[in-house]
Amino acid sequence: MKKSYKVDVDCANCAAKMEAAVKATPGVQDAVLNFMLLKLKVTFEEGADPQEVMGRCQAAVAKLDDDFKIYC
Amino acid sequence: MEKEDKVMIGRIAVSFILTVAAAFLPEAWKGEGVSLEYRIFHLLPYLAAYLIVSWDILLKAVKNIRKGQVLDENFLMAVASLGAFGLGIYQNGDYAEAVAVMLFYQVGELFEDYAVGKSRRNISELMDIRPDYANVEQDGKLVQVDPDEVAIGTQIIVQPGEKVPIDGRVVEGRSNLDTAALTGESLPREVGAGDEVISGCINLNGVLTIETTKEFGESTVSKILELVEDASSRKAKSEVFITKFARVYTPAVCSAALALFLLPPLVRLAMGEAPLWHMWLYRSLLFLVVSCPCALVLSIPLSFFAGIGGASRQGILIKGSNYMETLAHTAYVVMDKTGTLTQGVFEVSAVHHNKLEEKKVLEMAALAECASSHPISKSLQRAYGKPIDRNRVTDIQEYGGKGVVAQVDGHTVAAGNAKLMDMLHIPYVNCHMVGTLVHVAIDGAYHGHILIADRIKTHSQEAVQALKANGVKKVIMLTGDEKRTAEAVAKELAIDEVHSELLPQGKVEQVEALIRRKDPKEKVAFVGDGINDAPVLSLADIGIAMGALGSDAAIEAADVVLMDDDPLKISKAIRIARKCVGIVYQNIVFAIGIKGISLVLGALGFINMWFAIFADTGVLILCVLNSMRCLFNKKG
Repeated sequence: MKKSYKVDVDCANCAAKMEAAVKATPGVQDAVLNFMLLKLKVTFEEGADPQEVMGRCQAAVAKLDDDFKIYC
Repeated sequence: MEKEDKVMIGRIAVSFILTVAAAFLPEAWKGEGVSLEYRIFHLLPYLAAYLIVSWDILLKAVKNIRKGQVLDENFLMAVASLGAFGLGIYQNGDYAEAVAVMLFYQVGELFEDYAVGKSRRNISELMDIRPDYANVEQDGKLVQVDPDEVAIGTQIIVQPGEKVPIDGRVVEGRSNLDTAALTGESLPREVGAGDEVISGCINLNGVLTIETTKEFGESTVSKILELVEDASSRKAKSEVFITKFARVYTPAVCSAALALFLLPPLVRLAMGEAPLWHMWLYRSLLFLVVSCPCALVLSIPLSFFAGIGGASRQGILIKGSNYMETLAHTAYVVMDKTGTLTQGVFEVSAVHHNKLEEKKVLEMAALAECASSHPISKSLQRAYGKPIDRNRVTDIQEYGGKGVVAQVDGHTVAAGNAKLMDMLHIPYVNCHMVGTLVHVAIDGAYHGHILIADRIKTHSQEAVQALKANGVKKVIMLTGDEKRTAEAVAKELAIDEVHSELLPQGKVEQVEALIRRKDPKEKVAFVGDGINDAPVLSLADIGIAMGALGSDAAIEAADVVLMDDDPLKISKAIRIARKCVGIVYQNIVFAIGIKGISLVLGALGFINMWFAIFADTGVLILCVLNSMRCLFNKKG
């Protein structure tokens, strides 16, 4: 399953960090962050609950920087 | 401008005024030499200016250290500026440099924000084709609904000035559609009942009732937006290079700075000389300021994104930054003939050796062939232009692969190829021109032939020339058509190499052979109309599908999609890609060059803090400005 979310992030480098963090979150198969459009596309693993997984992603991202946000 | 930016400008301004004021104040108070009291007293206004401009960065640096994220730019800037303050207290009471480091860093950040926001807005304006609503009639009233909720087969109303929200067919009404946002074509398209319309066009004058043929998510406009949005996820080699580079670069520079601070003084100590700690600290601080890789990390994706946005404005969809790069290195362009260089529609182009009037010959042939649905018969009927009265035709006999014999108005009319004439023992005349011939005989007497040819597109010749002018080494044409036709077209268009009478598999073999033969750095582009050349489109280094609006298969298979079928767009796409990739290289060379030189000069003590600040912020601003050029392409 694929879903896209709006994100808030300051710089291209931060965007790369954020993308890596989301990718590493359990339940996420793949993630692509488009810095220019501030859009995060997440492909979930089979059977994963997007809401729960995104909760984990938000936590993982907040750990990196307080300014990183994913709007779910 | 956003509120945050305004606050930041305020902070920068206050801090700047304070710094300048502080620099003028002390002249009067300067006593003999620069005493310690003076240096500490002097610190206060600068410290105030410093804190005003940089408190958020200091806070972030501390927070990130707590989270274990040490080496980010906040940390670099905090260490560099605080170090400069320390040197000021210890040495000469000059704090302006310390404040300036942060002040200009913030100016750079502000500019970066502004530039990114600006190009974001620019691009979303360019891509402003997303319809917000669809008008549906409910209980006799027009209601605006979310296009996502409209089912296939619903009738929607599009009023003048509105966008067509969903692909469909016109049921009622007549109007002109502005397709510029989709195809870059400025001439409006006229549509009436029965015509297919694609979403994203703007209805100019009449009211149209449209029956939808697709869901919103499958409509052209959604496909295009998705394509452009996803484009930057396919990263170009230079992007990947920079990301990797930045990953090793920052830690490397930090360790180099630390080494620069510790090693030379220790060596000097060991050699029994004064260690000069302050001098080496200053140099290592310069290192930190120069090292920020923002200019590269930001400007390169920005360039590609702007380039893709600018190209889509011209009706050229490039599916990823990597294809932008490949397209820029195109040396061979292989083209399909039918539908790419020619219109792919058979048309009557001449009538020769006729004894009767041209129209009469056409009429007879069209009537005789009225029962056939062969493309040739269709083109005869189109050329005749009037409704066909089937009552005039009787006794139709079709000879497969040869033609037709029928009774028209009491005359025996034979229309077909040379084999039919041979069969009927009627002498015929061959044509000096290239195309498909329909010989016509009436009551056993030869009445001339009708030449049916696929027309070359108006821009084809110009397109081939433009390709060569843009550095393409060879233009090659592949076709399933017969040799004579193919060579005539190639000659007219000045194409370098032709391969004719190819089956689809033959096209694949030709492209494979070319890819083996050429230098791996030179790329092969294949251009087709995407209908039956999907295997070649995906085989070539870069597949370009043209006239692809509405054809999902072509959009899937190709790497570059030209929204209309003008072959001139091919060279335009190459030009846009070259420009964009050129800008990326300029930025890489410029930024790495200036930073490299500054690092060396800094280590040797030839530059001061002001130069280091330029190497950071100045380079960033110049690179971002340069990458914005990718958005704009010359029309035409």
